[in-house]
Amino acid sequence: MTQQPKHSLGLVAATALVTAFSATVALADSAGATFSDGDNFSEKTGQELYANVCQACHMDQGQGAVGAGKYPALAKNVNLEAGGYPVFVILHGLKGMPPVGKMMSDDQVAAVVNYVRTNFGNDYKDAVTAEDVAGSR
Amino acid sequence: MQSSQYFSGMSRRNLLSLIGLTAGSAAMYQAMTSLGLAVESGYKGPVKLEGDPKGATVLILGAGLAGMTAALELRQAGYKVKILEYNNRSGGRNWTLRGGDSYTELGGATQKCEFDEGLYINPGPWRIPYHHNGLLAYCRRLGVTLEPFQQLNHNAFLHSSKAFGGKPQRVRDIKIDFQGHVSELLAKVAHTGKLEGGVTKEDQEMLVEALRSWGALDKDYAYTKSVATSEFRGFAKDPGGGLGAAPVPSDPIALTDILSSGLWGSLANFALYEFQTTMFQPVGGIDMIGKAFTKEVGDLITYNAKVSKIHQDEKGVTVTYEDVQKPGTTAEEKADWCICTIPLTILAQIEINVGAPMQAAIEAVPYASSVKVGLQFKRRFWEQDELIFGGVSYTDLPITQISYPSTSFNTNGKGVLLGAYTWNGPHSYEFTSMAPEERVKRAVEYGTMIHPQYKDEFENGISMAWHRSPFTLGCAGDWTEEARKEHYDNLCQIDGRIVLAGEHASYIPAWMEGAILSSLDAITRLHQRVVAG
Repeated sequence: MTQQPKHSLGLVAATALVTAFSATVALADSAGATFSDGDNFSEKTGQELYANVCQACHMDQGQGAVGAGKYPALAKNVNLEAGGYPVFVILHGLKGMPPVGKMMSDDQVAAVVNYVRTNFGNDYKDAVTAEDVAGSR
Repeated sequence: MQSSQYFSGMSRRNLLSLIGLTAGSAAMYQAMTSLGLAVESGYKGPVKLEGDPKGATVLILGAGLAGMTAALELRQAGYKVKILEYNNRSGGRNWTLRGGDSYTELGGATQKCEFDEGLYINPGPWRIPYHHNGLLAYCRRLGVTLEPFQQLNHNAFLHSSKAFGGKPQRVRDIKIDFQGHVSELLAKVAHTGKLEGGVTKEDQEMLVEALRSWGALDKDYAYTKSVATSEFRGFAKDPGGGLGAAPVPSDPIALTDILSSGLWGSLANFALYEFQTTMFQPVGGIDMIGKAFTKEVGDLITYNAKVSKIHQDEKGVTVTYEDVQKPGTTAEEKADWCICTIPLTILAQIEINVGAPMQAAIEAVPYASSVKVGLQFKRRFWEQDELIFGGVSYTDLPITQISYPSTSFNTNGKGVLLGAYTWNGPHSYEFTSMAPEERVKRAVEYGTMIHPQYKDEFENGISMAWHRSPFTLGCAGDWTEEARKEHYDNLCQIDGRIVLAGEHASYIPAWMEGAILSSLDAITRLHQRVVAG
């Protein structure tokens, strides 16, 4: 038994301690909204993943949002030209953005990156693969 | 009951593991670290800023608890203080939504709170541990009246959609029965002298007696249906008065059912140090704290100020900001020193000339996702039908928890529940991705699986998704151990004329105490620098 570090006993730890108990029924409805089963995202397609994860901040048309700070628009975003960039950001986070790719499989990360790079006014046809994602973790 | 063969040859290490299993790893932690380590929050009493600042000016960015604490103390110490605040109100995340309030989230959706008079939801912080001494000291000093916040309610529910046919179980039954069954297992092993490795014979005998007492075991060390165990887990029929009033014992839940249900996983929420009794909340809403601070320093605040640039040189600090009510216009504010409490999500996007280590730290902290939903009901059915007075029910459904109001107990009026509270994880992002009214609808649908009364009693609701918050772009600093090691000290160091403060610059992120302690530490160090010349 190793000593549990003190700092882990915050809110985050309280959540972590109940993860064994975190599981749920996946429900879908007409709006396309889903709830995952467990501690990782259950959505499969790029569109589903976008609508239930990325949309939280980058909004439904990839338009981003502006308040005291901003969520950058993914629509018509030239930073998406190199597929490796969004893969890296999803896996590792960027500034205030959490590394949501940690709750996705390689296939899921590739799917959502390919979705964003070919929608919202983006037209980058060189798809990234699950292998690309695995190499970037 | 399991055969004791699994536990033969148990070492002290295994015994400790078992204690961890029984009482939750928080109890394990307490046992391992022994007394004296985790004593208090680090509050050292009222801050003493001695020495003359000689009219030095300080510009504070952000009128949340960290900013207002700094303003209150620095003005008292002789500084000339001003505050810039992005919102049109003070308090920051220390905030309460009541009937008539409206809130526009990022994306543009506006919700109007339709709660009845006197009802509210705290979309951000909502409870105060008894050991958050700094916050409690300010509540005392500023006249904020507190009342108990119920965290543990033995009669609230633990619920799994995949166990017990989806029927919610009382916290009491899971907790007491788990304790009883584990005590039985361990007592039988200890009684036969099969514990090894440093557990003396005397200790084993004492342990057996302790387990019998703690686990409500009978003379044969068995945890069984009886009046004795019902004294802990409650009766099938409670003892009453007059004829036919004899108590009827209740049936314990089998250990295997508890284990396979996973419901034991929630017991840690009642054991953690930060959730232990006594917890508090301000009477009338958490924003009573922010309002009390505002009474002291409100005259210093410029509202609707969106900071775009923070520039320092050898003479002072210049902050450029936009009046959000007059888009496109910019103004400047100058001071000798700057205390910046702007959340890192936003600060990372603002032009600021600090050194590379602080800049890297500012960019190193992602912000947690969190969603809360407040629901108003026609009557307090959880009290009237289910005898749940305050406390929290935990569930594996996406709503994660339902919290019952810790005030106005046993009254006939309406009530507001916290109908969902997520923290990170897929469900938090999925809830955030929805339109506000959809979040409310889902919270009602899921809540109905625990309280069928929702269907008839629900009136209206409001939701807060923190990643859609225009003034924070997230809930709170979500540090990893690695990021802390590399960046935390650099974040907290004074950089020239600038020092950062806020919950993100503390070891207790998301707690109000973190904001206050961070602020007190920052102004103490800043003041030392100022008076040293």
